[in-house]
Amino acid sequence: TVMAAPMTNDQSWFYALALGVSFLKCLLINAYHSTDFEVHRNWLALTHSLPVSQWYYEATSEWTLDYPPLFAWFEYGLSHIACFFDKEMLVVPNLNYASPATVLFQRLSVIVADVVFFYAVKECCKCLREDKGKDLLGKPSFILTVLLLWNFGLLIVDRILGDLAINKHFEGAFLFSVLLNLKHIYLYIAPAYGIYLLRCFCFTQSNADGSLQWRSFSVVRLVILGTIVLSTFAVSFGPFIALGQLPQVLSRLFPFKRGLCHAYWAPNIWALYNIADKAFSILGVKFRLLDINKLPKASMTGGLVQEFQHSVLPSVSPLATLVCTLLSILPALFKIWHRPNGARGFLRCLVICALGSFMFGWHVHEKAIMMAILPLSLLAVDSRKDAGIFLMLSVTSHYSLFPLLFTTQELPIKIFLMLLFTIFSLASLKTLFRKGGALLNPLEVTYLLGLIPLELICEFVYPLTVWQKTFPFLPLMLTSVYCALGVTYAFIRLYISLLTCSDTTKKTKMQ
Amino acid sequence: MENWSLFSLCVLLGLTSRWAVSFHSYSGAGKPPMFGDYEAQRHWQEVTYNLPVHEWYFNTTNNDLNYWGLDYPPLTAYHSLVCAYVAKLLNPEWVELHASRGYESHSHKLFMRATVLFTDILIYIPAVLLYCFYFCDGSSKQKVATALCILLYPGLILIDYGHFQYNSVSLGLALWGILGLGLGWDLFGSLAFTLALNYKQMELYHSLPFFCYLLGKCIKQGLIGRGFFQLAKISLTVLVTFALCWMPFLSDPKQPLQVLHRLFPFGRGLFEDKVANTWCSLNVLIKIKTLLIHLPTTLSPFPLSLYVSSPQNISQPVCLVINEIPLIAIWFLLTSTFSMLPLLVKDGLLLPYVVTSLAFLFLSLYLLSALERSTEEELRLGLYRKLTRHWLPKLNLSRIIKWKFWFSLVAMAALSFTSVWLEPPAKFPDLFPVLVSILSFLHFLGFIIYFNLVQLMEPQRKKSQKKTN
Repeated sequence: TVMAAPMTNDQSWFYALALGVSFLKCLLINAYHSTDFEVHRNWLALTHSLPVSQWYYEATSEWTLDYPPLFAWFEYGLSHIACFFDKEMLVVPNLNYASPATVLFQRLSVIVADVVFFYAVKECCKCLREDKGKDLLGKPSFILTVLLLWNFGLLIVDRILGDLAINKHFEGAFLFSVLLNLKHIYLYIAPAYGIYLLRCFCFTQSNADGSLQWRSFSVVRLVILGTIVLSTFAVSFGPFIALGQLPQVLSRLFPFKRGLCHAYWAPNIWALYNIADKAFSILGVKFRLLDINKLPKASMTGGLVQEFQHSVLPSVSPLATLVCTLLSILPALFKIWHRPNGARGFLRCLVICALGSFMFGWHVHEKAIMMAILPLSLLAVDSRKDAGIFLMLSVTSHYSLFPLLFTTQELPIKIFLMLLFTIFSLASLKTLFRKGGALLNPLEVTYLLGLIPLELICEFVYPLTVWQKTFPFLPLMLTSVYCALGVTYAFIRLYISLLTCSDTTKKTKMQ
Repeated sequence: MENWSLFSLCVLLGLTSRWAVSFHSYSGAGKPPMFGDYEAQRHWQEVTYNLPVHEWYFNTTNNDLNYWGLDYPPLTAYHSLVCAYVAKLLNPEWVELHASRGYESHSHKLFMRATVLFTDILIYIPAVLLYCFYFCDGSSKQKVATALCILLYPGLILIDYGHFQYNSVSLGLALWGILGLGLGWDLFGSLAFTLALNYKQMELYHSLPFFCYLLGKCIKQGLIGRGFFQLAKISLTVLVTFALCWMPFLSDPKQPLQVLHRLFPFGRGLFEDKVANTWCSLNVLIKIKTLLIHLPTTLSPFPLSLYVSSPQNISQPVCLVINEIPLIAIWFLLTSTFSMLPLLVKDGLLLPYVVTSLAFLFLSLYLLSALERSTEEELRLGLYRKLTRHWLPKLNLSRIIKWKFWFSLVAMAALSFTSVWLEPPAKFPDLFPVLVSILSFLHFLGFIIYFNLVQLMEPQRKKSQKKTN
């Protein structure tokens, strides 16, 4: 019998994967939400048609500009290209304008962002240590490519792509400041990046055991670092500071007027806090410990974002969340300052910072978990423990994204894609680390399996019951709380692994 | 990676692409008064649910046969009945007698798409997986790759989940039949195939090989004794299955006759159906004349729906050999998808057509290493070599085939592009569909010749392989 040639022709598998995911996205084009589309169009329109002083005041559309200035400049540049496609899309009052040329332009820009992302992923894989002679499906780079390119979260949350692409090139503070000015969500990981650069860039030498050598502090480098960062901010925010609009810009970027939680609670600490508060209030009333009339009305979810008032537990203010976030990431920053572990240590710290900000942040969107998952993918293909944590976190957080796709038509898609990603990551990581026991302990497996009945109840059983009308938010709440447990658990485990890892002499090719 | 995970990934990819295609339009969407095949299927649910069995195939005041009358065998009718029960539970308006004509809504579309997905998962996909698992050569990765390529065949996906039909049921049942025969379970195989036949009469094309194979097997076992006994058992199975399917129609002799009249509309113009399926027939030469006379009629709506099922019937056996002669099989499958272009454009399925065809082309070429496995030996060009040996001994047949492959792809792409973007000249409004038909026909002619020659050479090739092993 004739055997097929082995599927290891150099890098062709990468293109097969990239093409595959692109084709899938083409097919799903019709399914993508129009709101993202409209947001983008609106921003193109207002940066193009309005003077700079109006950018952060414009409010014709509900989708106001809430990204930092550099992103606004980027949209401005893009709008000049958009001119060639259809001038009408750049008229601000043209809400929901969607001519074929407009759609084409949007799709093309997404494709370009995709290409940049593909390139970045390719670069990532170069950093991985390769074992010769392994078959394709067992190669870490293949696994990582699939984990990144076919990431369920990325497939359904299109917008994050282009920005993350730039993040992958760890080439200095400049790019990061640029990034920060493009999307302030990166503020989450700014501390990690800042501390790491400070530690590794400004202190040119470490002692033999990796600890700090104070004498090697280089003032020159600090100045260079500072200049780069400050100048980027200056270019980005400069015009707005000159116009005295800084407070307005900041209020748009950090809308603290919005509630503690998004309309659908992100699975973080505050979801657990909310549920505890509700539980206490119900129990308190039941056991006559509290008077129902004296309790402040706890309004939580009710469609649009509202102000939050907790009934029993103290209400949480933006400042409190900031303090909690800083406290949560401080140990990690200290650890990386004390003993940076090369790129791997940095990545771990990055993940923790992102996760910590997600856990304790104010008005966090559940999409933000992707910031933690993607760097964790890099760690997962390198170490067994990280692979276990990755599985736990990725499956939980991907499930928590389910409520973002709520129509019946999208139901099979999200289930198929989720299963696809989960089965792949489970099977491939298991094969990669087959020596050394199971990746997940029984408790974790039970938790993850519990997602299946949860999905069945929330999506199939509950809508058919009587409570659907009176308590429509209950499935969402259940999902948030259940996932919050998993995310918290992963956070704790990650922290433990960071604080207890002391192996600085491990050979890695990642620099 | 373990087998089960590879196979499940393969299935999930197949399911995802199917459901993604289902987001797009269906045949006759928003086109009163006749709409299209989608409305036909909905109408059959309405008819079978509301009318008694003896009225299903007859022209009555309640059942206007001119408006998508039932023209498939009883099993399709029963399937429609089951779907109708579910539809009634979800929303009675969908199957209201007369009132539901032309009913179109988002939730109804979801329901109809879901019925296709359900039967696909139940019947077709397991058959494909089992086939690849048991009858494909090579490592398990190769088997999974073959299964994935078969599942990603654009023709079936576009017709079932786009245009809207239930080909996966009949093809799946036929595949179960083949599986049965291959595993030596003759009775099960016959049962499955008879059911397939009772679902769509198009399966008659496959019936001859089935019949010949089983007959030959029985004869080999000796016509007196075991062979005869086996033949009797098989015949009994087939007859009983037929009887069970046709039972409600056997009370009155008029019934089965009317059903047959609907299935094989000799009065209406057998030629239309035959023409569309010309390239399936062995007797090609005679049919060419018929084709040239009746070519314009292939473009009328009714026979087009029959024409639509035919590419699937031929493509199915070719799908199954995709691992043995990948290049030719992929070429053929792409051609059969291309041949449906006019229909797909009419249904508004251009984007899925382009995406699934390209995806199928690249992925199957890559996964099955089709371009590398194209020596003369692998392409089974033995007879061609023999024929050209005297006149052109230095001919590099494999390179010629590859060049022809790329050239034909370019031609198909170019014709697809022009037929969508350019306006046909006023004198020949049907120019592009006709060109597509002609190009496809020429391809299929070549393929028929090729497959027949390969078939002829098979015993010799096996002998020489045995010698070299």
